[in-house]
Amino acid sequence: MKFLTKLAVAAGVAALLSSAAYADSLKGKTIGFSQIGSESGWRAAETSVTKQEAEKRGIKLKFADAQQKQENQIKAIRGFIAQGVDAILVAPVVSTGWDAVLGEAKDAKIPVILLDRGVDAPQDLYLTSVASDQVKEGKVAGDWLVKTVGDKKCNVVELQGTVGSTPAINRKKGFEEAIKGHDNIKIVRSQTGDFTRSKGKEVMEGFIKAEDGGKNICAMYAHNDDMAVGGIQAIKDAGLKPGKDILVVSVDAVPDIFKAMMAGESNATVELTPNMAGPAFDALDAYWTSKKQPEKFIITESKLYTPNDDPKKVYEEKKGLGY
Amino acid sequence: MKLKRFSRLINPQSIALIVVLLVNWALFPGFFDVTWQDGRLFGSLIDVLNRGVPVAILAIGMSAVIATKGVDLSVGAVMAISGAVAATLVVDGYPAYVAVIAALAIGIVCGVWNGVLVAFLEIQPIVATLVLMVAGRGIAQLITAGSIVTFADPVLIYIGTGSFAGLPMPVVIAIVLLILSVFLVRSTAVGLFIESVGVNRAAASLAGIRSGLLLVAVYGFSGFCAAVSGLIVAGDIKGADANNAGLWLELDAILAVVIGGTSLLGGRFSIAMSVLGAIIIQAMNTGILVSGFPPEFNLVVKAGVIILIFTMQSPLATRFIEMRKTTRAVARKAS
Repeated sequence: MKFLTKLAVAAGVAALLSSAAYADSLKGKTIGFSQIGSESGWRAAETSVTKQEAEKRGIKLKFADAQQKQENQIKAIRGFIAQGVDAILVAPVVSTGWDAVLGEAKDAKIPVILLDRGVDAPQDLYLTSVASDQVKEGKVAGDWLVKTVGDKKCNVVELQGTVGSTPAINRKKGFEEAIKGHDNIKIVRSQTGDFTRSKGKEVMEGFIKAEDGGKNICAMYAHNDDMAVGGIQAIKDAGLKPGKDILVVSVDAVPDIFKAMMAGESNATVELTPNMAGPAFDALDAYWTSKKQPEKFIITESKLYTPNDDPKKVYEEKKGLGY
Repeated sequence: MKLKRFSRLINPQSIALIVVLLVNWALFPGFFDVTWQDGRLFGSLIDVLNRGVPVAILAIGMSAVIATKGVDLSVGAVMAISGAVAATLVVDGYPAYVAVIAALAIGIVCGVWNGVLVAFLEIQPIVATLVLMVAGRGIAQLITAGSIVTFADPVLIYIGTGSFAGLPMPVVIAIVLLILSVFLVRSTAVGLFIESVGVNRAAASLAGIRSGLLLVAVYGFSGFCAAVSGLIVAGDIKGADANNAGLWLELDAILAVVIGGTSLLGGRFSIAMSVLGAIIIQAMNTGILVSGFPPEFNLVVKAGVIILIFTMQSPLATRFIEMRKTTRAVARKAS
């Protein structure tokens, strides 16, 4: 009897253990990650979050930095295939020229997940792609402004990203969609600040002069936080109060904008989350445990942060990510 | 004599500047409004000067380099290095004067490196300085670990955004640097040495000029100017942005020197005219900002104006004007 109980307990424990392992199919798996490089703070944050997410799930992550070169990425992916990894994550540096190497991964039955950017290749060559919706980012920012100003007349100045770049086009489009039909809100000036602080500051200086010393401006919309930080300085230099005299809304949610938010100088930012790997790992988990094909395009959340979201805490969280 | 002095002021560059400013004024009637605010001058004209400073200071060093028949492509990257060094030092708790001296010293070291490559290894300047243009940005990124290092040091911020006697501090720095360097090259024989090396280095050496040392000094000076510029740009945004600080500014600086009338083939040069060139470039940039043109126009407008200036300066235009003058003189004599 005693023996039988022991056996039952042992069986139970074994079942429990195996079911735990079953629920987390990722544990002990080796996953290769071919990153573009570290050209921006966001990219660096994406790399560190990916490493964190992998560690949390017990994944062995093999990391390869491509230094902005596609041939390095292709080399890295071939290396991962040769090493027989269980899955591959790629943040593709360009959209074309992937058919061959993705085909090799497919032949080796290694699922590939694209992060952050898409590719021009047949969809059956990759398991899924995880990316943000840049139009939505602009729209969330615009919706916030519409809600905040209500029926009041509001002249907006826009600091665009680099002319012709996809995020600049999409974030402009989304914002315009959001303010459409609200005739009280008008974009009066729009210029490129090249996504940088110093150009953002210079452009905002010009706008303030051109719009009656800034008295004509009710809000500043910047396509990224860095330009917003520069613009905030220009507003301060002109003797106005950013966040009060001129509302400030931007996209990205980098740590420094939360510093500005703590000082009451920024009103809202829309997060471009650096956590692309989390949803990717979850999709892999679901794929391996239940053989479920994930959706081809997983869209990450475009979360709005305002001073009500405890900017100090968010700042502390984001500070160490390498932004 | 006085008349001759005055006529020297009428040159394609100052005409171009006046035209650009008038066009700005036509597009934006408040362009010439300058007001007094918070103890300093405030207005679009001040912006032109203030924003033109980084390129103007680069152009001071670049004029001397180009006069030696060289070119310094590394100045943008050196700006990034200098800003990165200063920012990381103050963030690490060093006093501001240490950070400033270290940043300037690094700039000079970078320049001397270029100078040694050009003068003693006799590598062509465009290639020699290309090395540091590429590597320098990498070095700056290594120093800042790829992120924007923000600081709150009042001295560094004062360099970029403070004001002295109502003028923005960067403008004051640029004016001091301009006066000192013009004094250095024109009140001593240094300017002549530079020009002679630029025209014919072998002949200059035979005439007793230590051309190698002179080249190293000139490139070192250019590095120093770039470091000053880098400090200003970093102080302006209260942070060192290794990825973007000074990006492509080497090209603007070369453009400023060429607009100023210094030939890329070396020889005669004018630092003051190069600074004027930098201000013309900035007047266009500021004009585009206040005019309300869509950003897609920026580069086309800039290119159009530059082509106009160069046409005015071209040998063909000069010959045409000379011809008109002579025919008029002949006509006067005949009558």
